[in-house]
Amino acid sequence: MNDKTLEIRDLRARIVGGDEILKGVDLVVPRGEVHALMGPNGSGKSTLAKIIAGDPQYEVTGGDILLEGESVLEMEPDERARAGLYLAFQYPVEVPGVSIANFLRLALNARRPEGDEIGVMEFYGKLQKAVKELNWDESILERNLHEGFSGGEKKRSEILQLLVLEPRYAILDETDSGLDVDALKVVSQGVNAARGPDFGCLVITHYQRLLNYIVPDKVHVMVNGRVITTGPKELAMELDQKGYDWVRETYAPAAAQ
Amino acid sequence: MSELNAAHPDAAKLEGMQHTKQYDFRLPEDYYYKSGKGLTKEVVEKISYLKGEPDWMLKFRLRALEIAEKKGRPKWGPDLSELNFDDIYFYVKPTERQGTVDSWDEIPEEVRKTYQRLGVPEAEQRVLAGVGAQYESEMVYHKLKEEWERLGVIFLDTDTGLKEHPELFKEYFATVVPPEDNYFAAINSAVWSGGSFVYVPEGVEVPVPLQAYFLLNAQNIGQFERTLIIGAPGSKFHYIEGCTAPAYTTNSFHSGVIEIICQEGSNVRYSTIQNWSHNVFNLVTQRALVYKDASMGWLDGNLGSKVTMKYPSCYLLEEGAHGEVLSIAFATDGQHQDAGSKMIHAAPHTTSSVVSKSISKGSGRASYRGLVQIHEGAEYARSNVECDALLLDEEARTDTYPYIEINEKTAHVGHEATVSKLDEEQIFYLMTRGLKEDEAMALIVRGFLDPVAKELPLEYAVELNRLIELEMEGSVG
Repeated sequence: MNDKTLEIRDLRARIVGGDEILKGVDLVVPRGEVHALMGPNGSGKSTLAKIIAGDPQYEVTGGDILLEGESVLEMEPDERARAGLYLAFQYPVEVPGVSIANFLRLALNARRPEGDEIGVMEFYGKLQKAVKELNWDESILERNLHEGFSGGEKKRSEILQLLVLEPRYAILDETDSGLDVDALKVVSQGVNAARGPDFGCLVITHYQRLLNYIVPDKVHVMVNGRVITTGPKELAMELDQKGYDWVRETYAPAAAQ
Repeated sequence: MSELNAAHPDAAKLEGMQHTKQYDFRLPEDYYYKSGKGLTKEVVEKISYLKGEPDWMLKFRLRALEIAEKKGRPKWGPDLSELNFDDIYFYVKPTERQGTVDSWDEIPEEVRKTYQRLGVPEAEQRVLAGVGAQYESEMVYHKLKEEWERLGVIFLDTDTGLKEHPELFKEYFATVVPPEDNYFAAINSAVWSGGSFVYVPEGVEVPVPLQAYFLLNAQNIGQFERTLIIGAPGSKFHYIEGCTAPAYTTNSFHSGVIEIICQEGSNVRYSTIQNWSHNVFNLVTQRALVYKDASMGWLDGNLGSKVTMKYPSCYLLEEGAHGEVLSIAFATDGQHQDAGSKMIHAAPHTTSSVVSKSISKGSGRASYRGLVQIHEGAEYARSNVECDALLLDEEARTDTYPYIEINEKTAHVGHEATVSKLDEEQIFYLMTRGLKEDEAMALIVRGFLDPVAKELPLEYAVELNRLIELEMEGSVG
């Protein structure tokens, strides 16, 4: 496999001590491409996102996650982040008393060698650019991380962080859920700004709507803990029209039972 | 002096301070005078004699000793059974304080490293470490000193204050915290030494905080310091007891008394962040009398020590007086921080506000003990208390003991308490942004303390943050 990819190989996982949720997921996102991951509720999409990020609530029981050829399974979440992975959370937590600017400075410095902290001008340059990309006011940077944020603001903050931290691969976990059309446009604009040859992205969504704004190179469909089909962007449209039952019956009659 | 063997016997008490078991810490024999162990009338007489004090002070000390003997130790609060006076030196001759060494090189490497990591200015490091060397950046101090003198501000160590301003001293000394007040105040009154004496004249605003470490007298950070601060009408100033590094003491008992008088319309703030070594019993009385339309603010940070009992208080004596306490307590393994506040509303339209933040980790225990008292006739008094506790793990413990006594119908008193646990989801979230687990935890803790920390001058806030990071190191199993 191309070493410039994020590859999920036959991944099996469960909540620690619970039933298996991922039952052999295969998926490859090359750098430079944006892929969508669609599927009905409970198919394991969000679980996959959290496991890639290293959520300790889950345990991997088989398979592998390869970041440009290197397994990340033994890595802590922070090591994965520093290696270039990013997860935009479906439900970002609040961290009272910690300003976004302060937090991002720490996060950026965590990626740099000790004693080589980011310069003030460079840092603010990055922040200003990202804020502008999201049609946001700079005052947002002084607000505490997600404290008192609306659902839409939280999602926007996840994309702001993505723009500032510049990961090689990002997973967006239902970033569109709970957003009105205007917010959706802004968030999509942010993601599109990050697109480029050095950026790979897996956009997890339940609905096709988001994909009008973030046009994917490929669409994967996940049902019952497996990716059952992969196709071009038109697959998302078809799915939207025909529904998940159709995709189950067509691609995974066994899973439909 | 037979107790001063080649390897200093008290060095063992430093254990826990830097998680290092062995110190090769040597003191020459016959280095300083100190009293024998234990608290006796002879010790008290000797202290007064050596200081060359006026007769009234000797009488005051002896009376205080009698009061202490009569009172006995408090029967409430943390366990003090391990505090044995027979093991304590109650007086060590000034400038040759116990634990004093004559050069920076004799301070254990670990302690020096900690100071450096904390970014404590070298001058302050030396004082904290008990090095009797002269202050090197005297230029800065002298410039400030000239400014204070021009404004008529008195800022001296307490012993010098007594010598140079005997009348002013006598007028206010022990009027806020008399020896009868409590057992530890009585002990302090009998054996006090050092501390700061501050007088800011009418209408004077001091733009730069008065920082105790400027006094740089070895005795200033003593075991039984006695600080007396007087804000004349309309004055405005901020006093900082800078002591954020582990106060390097071989003594295991610290009992200070801080007295503040806020005269009409004055605005006084007292800030201290203390980090005693983990063997110390830290039992302090801090109180302010607040007169008409005056405002008093305590900012009190308690880290380190074995046991701390400390309840900064404001006696709001005249109409429009305002009192504030912002406090932080951080209890780690083996520590008990029993901290809080007292707000006594004795006049109409007095207001008070308390924000207390505590953190407990491991077998550490943080308690909030607070009293709000509204006297009859203190019409329309208002008080609001908010205490938030954060538990870092399953074992950690927190308690809240709010005492509220209201004898006035028109009073308005609010009390809010929250307890939260360090949230796994928050830690995971921060880690996915590249922060290590202990960095993530430290950041959450700093965020929790932010409402208090942001009231500190920047350099102290920075030090507090570093200190918290140090406390959090090794939190991850």
